[in-house]
Amino acid sequence: MNQIPEIIRTVPLEYYLFFSTALFAIGVIGVLTRRNAIIIFMCVELMLNAVNVLLTALASYRGDATGQVFVFFIMAVAAAEVCVGLAIIVMIYRNIRSTDVQLLNRLKW
Amino acid sequence: MTSIILLSVFGIVNLFVGFLKSKKILLPLALLFLIVVFGVNLLGWNNTQTYFNNMLTIDNYAVAFTGIMVLTTLLILPFSQSYIDAEDENLAEYYSLLLFSLVGAIMMVAYENLIMLFIGIEILSIAMYVLAGSNKRSLRSNEAALKYFLMGSFFTGVLLFGIVLIYGATGTFDITEIGAANVMADGTMNTMFTMGLLLLVIGISFKIAAAPFHFWTPDVYEGTPTFFTTFMATVVKTAGVAAFYKLMNAAFEGSFTSWFPTVIAITVLTLVVGNIGAVIQPSVKRMLAYSSISHAGYLLMTLVAFNDLSENAIFFYSLSYAVASVMSFGVLKLVEDAREGNQSFAAFNGLGKTNPLLAFVMTVSMFSLAGIPLTAGFFGKLFVFSAVIATGNLTWLVVLAVILAAVGIYYYIKVVIAMYMQPAGENTKVPVSGFAALVLIICTILTILFGIAPGLVSNML
Repeated sequence: MNQIPEIIRTVPLEYYLFFSTALFAIGVIGVLTRRNAIIIFMCVELMLNAVNVLLTALASYRGDATGQVFVFFIMAVAAAEVCVGLAIIVMIYRNIRSTDVQLLNRLKW
Repeated sequence: MTSIILLSVFGIVNLFVGFLKSKKILLPLALLFLIVVFGVNLLGWNNTQTYFNNMLTIDNYAVAFTGIMVLTTLLILPFSQSYIDAEDENLAEYYSLLLFSLVGAIMMVAYENLIMLFIGIEILSIAMYVLAGSNKRSLRSNEAALKYFLMGSFFTGVLLFGIVLIYGATGTFDITEIGAANVMADGTMNTMFTMGLLLLVIGISFKIAAAPFHFWTPDVYEGTPTFFTTFMATVVKTAGVAAFYKLMNAAFEGSFTSWFPTVIAITVLTLVVGNIGAVIQPSVKRMLAYSSISHAGYLLMTLVAFNDLSENAIFFYSLSYAVASVMSFGVLKLVEDAREGNQSFAAFNGLGKTNPLLAFVMTVSMFSLAGIPLTAGFFGKLFVFSAVIATGNLTWLVVLAVILAAVGIYYYIKVVIAMYMQPAGENTKVPVSGFAALVLIICTILTILFGIAPGLVSNML
């Protein structure tokens, strides 16, 4: 297992930085433009995974395990969020037979 | 730390007590748990301890804010009478979720490491997503839960990206070490650090409902059952502001110049949007939601001041705001339960004649939120403004805030006018349970007491 950080280090750090920033940006754009609650939710997960990739790369480059431990925390929290989020989406689907966020307009500023 | 363990255990015990047929025991039991936690928490005063390899520190700052949050929860719980009366409500789960989210709130004020900040925010938020949608058959509650959830998890992603960029620049999650790290020398690292700081500020601003990240607040506050809105407006906001100040104070004191323009822009925008937005709202609950945005603005002013007076100002303001919010949302809940969910200003018509006690409590609460003398809110604003004045060059911000506070008096007084000047019409007497009446009286006494003798709590930190 020792050589995994070394394998990660074969790619320059900037590449990881640009890759995860791009992944994060795709997630943000998805959240802002899509209308289906489940797809918005997938885009949020994409953002969290962009964070995970960057954390792993940074932790390998610094030779510091803290960053990799944080990845586990993020995964666990993301799993808990999936539970609650899907439950909320199912609850809404039962009531309005749709997951389109544009149909939810009872509350307006 | 003991309070975190106790709250987690009590939450689980509460779930099991929920198996009993009678729901009568749940409220006294939950209140007892919270009183125990409140007492245990006070034992940590002047006795700083660190836990988990320096990831959590229970110092006076943490103890003081934990005290506010536990006290607020204690005052909120008695308003659950309508859930006790209803057959099909899952009361034990609601209480447990409130206790669990309090654990997250405590972690948010005691963290020493950005990992703990993130975990605390998530424990608090995930429980709140569930509670926002707790009224399963109401479409408004569903919508509030979905909006809160989608935006909340989106901004969690933003916050995380900020944390990771700061980790990339400094190589640590520990806030004291981040404060000590010198990243300004290296150009690339400096860019990463500044970007991370910006994203972190955005992520936390969302949690405390500061403009321009406030757009979820009115909708979510309105759709969420009022009982849980009270919790959101008080505990979540107190925890968020305390966490924000602690973060800036411990980790980013050295980079003051790079975050100051952002924070002052957010503060001014929050004050303006909150106060102007509240004026045009047709319903009392939405008005209170916008007013909570404006109070986030006043609380952020302490961060702009960023001097010795700030901690005490945040503490006193949070306390006075939390107590006054419990009163206003509590009365709102009692009134809307009696008026079939009507939350408009008309629902309050003639309350002064039908329920003199409720009307008086609501009046004191509105005066406190508006910052009229002889209530705690006046001294809250006074301490915040004097902290800003002490910096010397930000008098214009105080002038702006005072003008906007005057605007605030207009929309708070609208409720008072409806209660005392309007005829009751078809509005009947609002039933009030014994526990709720007791809490409202305690809150009123506290508000007036702190308004006459603010010295009791104003110099604690």
